[in-house]
Amino acid sequence: MGGTVLPPLVQDPGHAPAPTAPGVATDERAARRTLRDQIARLERELADAFVTAFPMGGLPQPVPTAGPARLLDLGELEVVRDELAERLREARETIGRRADEIAEKRLVLERMLLRPADYKFVRISRRELGEPGCGAWQVRPRMGLIGMLMGWWQVKLSSGCPLPGGHGRPLTRTVARVEVRQR
Amino acid sequence: MWAQPHWAGEAMASPAPQQGFVDPRVAQEFPGLRLRWVTLAARPGPSPPALRDRLRDLSNRYRGGSVVTMRTKPIPQAFRAFFRQIGLDPDVRRIPSEEVAVARLLQGGLRSVDLVSDACLVALVETGVPMWALDAEQIDSAGLGIRVVAGGDLVVGDGARTCCALFEHPSPECAVAPRTRRVTLFTLAVDGVPEIHVEEALWCAVDLLAPGF
Repeated sequence: MGGTVLPPLVQDPGHAPAPTAPGVATDERAARRTLRDQIARLERELADAFVTAFPMGGLPQPVPTAGPARLLDLGELEVVRDELAERLREARETIGRRADEIAEKRLVLERMLLRPADYKFVRISRRELGEPGCGAWQVRPRMGLIGMLMGWWQVKLSSGCPLPGGHGRPLTRTVARVEVRQR
Repeated sequence: MWAQPHWAGEAMASPAPQQGFVDPRVAQEFPGLRLRWVTLAARPGPSPPALRDRLRDLSNRYRGGSVVTMRTKPIPQAFRAFFRQIGLDPDVRRIPSEEVAVARLLQGGLRSVDLVSDACLVALVETGVPMWALDAEQIDSAGLGIRVVAGGDLVVGDGARTCCALFEHPSPECAVAPRTRRVTLFTLAVDGVPEIHVEEALWCAVDLLAPGF
């Protein structure tokens, strides 16, 4: 599975590994291996957190950093590990906070459904409830003005995302120009 | 069955995929990191209609939801972890399979570039293993491998020349150009990527470039 070792003729003599005291190099190698394992585990957990957070509005994007692929030393691996751990902590906080907000909105929706008159014109979008789509729950008067005067309130769910081209037949440029002139 | 392209007669007997060398320091740090390459006669040009149709079909595999969850799948996960371990942030510099998926969502489809690029793209989409193409005339007989240059940067190159930084596009000197008559395809795999995916990626691209091998 592993790659072949560079043949001696191809090896760059300028990059021969520096001799180190026996034991020290091995210990550092073991430490680097442990750090790489930790990084891989944190990356897995961060990926899961990303997927969980996506329907709730996603996670903040990291600050772009430039730089080529390279061998990291022990200190740099620690920095990567610590940054990942910090991002994972923030991601979990974000997920927790948004989950609380969603639970709160759901509670309000339940109350709206029970007593619509107490929540006149309150509107909760499906996104706020952690659901996909563009619909919204809203307390509206039954039969418009009459319902407002009579105190007939109901909760309605709007019908999803607007069509990309709007309703009806699209106007051609000529028809649109004529309509503008008539106005 | 692919239509026989005009250059099919130039195809030479394909050697088996070769193992690229890996600098001992890199091999010690990343025992699972490997490079496989193969050289074949092929030249750039427009893709045949069958290949463009295949790209169109492959475009339909992507949905927004599947792209979001892609990073939890084993092969993208392995590449993402490796990116972190070599100092790249996969959320900024995306891994190849995610880069293609995001481009597919933004562009509405997988765009055909030319025969060689399209073959590499199909191999990547089918297997999740990235593939690049080089002008074989620019590679010396020692073959390709992964080296470490000054500053610890990881590069892909032959015994003398650097062809590209790891996971980056080839430099203009090594890249496939109109003058190219023989192409070297190479893949990179990391710990957690099964060997069968690597072989499949190579054969997939070879089969598109020189059908009937």
